[in-house]
Amino acid sequence: MTCDPWQEKLDAYVDGDGSKEELASLEAHLRTCPSCAADALGRLQMKRMTQAAAARYSPSPQFRLRMETSFPTSRKPVWAFAWMPRLAAVAVALVLIVASAVLWMRHSAREQTLAELLDLHVATLASANPVDVISTDRHTVKPWFQGKLPFTFNLPELQNSSFKLVGGRVMYFKHSPGAQLLFELRNHQLSVFILQDQPGMIPLAMGVTAASDMAFNVETWSESGLRYVVMGDASPSDIHQLSELLRVAGRS
Amino acid sequence: MADRAGDFGSFEELAMPLFAKLYNFAHWLTQDRATAQDLVQETYMKALRGFSSFQQGTNFRAWMYKILRNTFLTTQAGLKAWASVSLDSDGDGDRPTEPAASETPESVLLARVQQETIQSALEKLPVKFREIVLLCDLEEMSYQEIGETLGIPIGTVMSRLSRARKAMRGLLAEKLQELHDDV
Repeated sequence: MTCDPWQEKLDAYVDGDGSKEELASLEAHLRTCPSCAADALGRLQMKRMTQAAAARYSPSPQFRLRMETSFPTSRKPVWAFAWMPRLAAVAVALVLIVASAVLWMRHSAREQTLAELLDLHVATLASANPVDVISTDRHTVKPWFQGKLPFTFNLPELQNSSFKLVGGRVMYFKHSPGAQLLFELRNHQLSVFILQDQPGMIPLAMGVTAASDMAFNVETWSESGLRYVVMGDASPSDIHQLSELLRVAGRS
Repeated sequence: MADRAGDFGSFEELAMPLFAKLYNFAHWLTQDRATAQDLVQETYMKALRGFSSFQQGTNFRAWMYKILRNTFLTTQAGLKAWASVSLDSDGDGDRPTEPAASETPESVLLARVQQETIQSALEKLPVKFREIVLLCDLEEMSYQEIGETLGIPIGTVMSRLSRARKAMRGLLAEKLQELHDDV
């Protein structure tokens, strides 16, 4: 009979419901009372078995589906596509990174090509012997390149123009031989590079390009399998005028 | 009506994880699959309609179980089950008599009891006892949650639960006696 007050608290003890003080005092009693301890153990086993046995009924898949579709407006697409915004953000970021990388690489290649050609041009002007064939006559210069280049090209008639042919030399760009021609326009000297047109060799945009930070202008185009690059410190219109003369000659 | 879609969304996120357990509870109450489905469906409809009045931060699980239980009690089966209870008084002087077999140590008793026997005893328990045993033992609700769900004070929760378990032990003892007699 002395255990009656404790017996009344056994359910709360088994259910883990009660104040800390109550549970602590009950535990102290259980350590000294085998009868109550066995009772508590039995109740705990009973609770566990009831828990296992009571998890008995499951809704059918059809019923679950019916319930889920009974809230059509609540079917938030994020359940199925919660990852879409993040994926889209990642995809956009990747595209931007790739695009930036491609643009940077293109820009870098363009800048590098431009710098190399300008170096050739400036080095030629600074040289004591800027050209290997010195002649204002195109009929002298053109034949000089025969046997030195794997291609041939035509030079314009300059008699009625402001341009004057100075001469030419063989140059190498990206391990390929080409012709570098030197022209004069008033006090300006212009280089014309003629190379075999190979993909990626001259990654410059067609037309006039201003290398403004170095006060040079450049025009490039492709014609009959050859790539032409005209550059110098003359104005863009002058560069373009010489380019037109070369274009006409190249087509003849 | 403002942000109705948001209401729906948050309701579904809160309510659907309880779906299987609510169905199990409903089936135990109704003892019939089709009736349990109707009960669960009606519970969700009522809960959805009343979701705007549900106070965020309060016990949503207890709220759902309360709706289900109250819905059940308004059905013909629920009224019948509730009215048939003769052991459901929460008064101190109305304790059910325990069979003599309950004197058997429970640890020995339970070792011989099969799951079907427990289920059979649960089925035979009056609804008022069955539901509180399920809420406590299966759903592992605290006495506070059970009180909220059933709308009764904690003291009543404790006394009703104690009586329900005694009734359960009595039913199990009877069942074991039957098994023993059959052998």
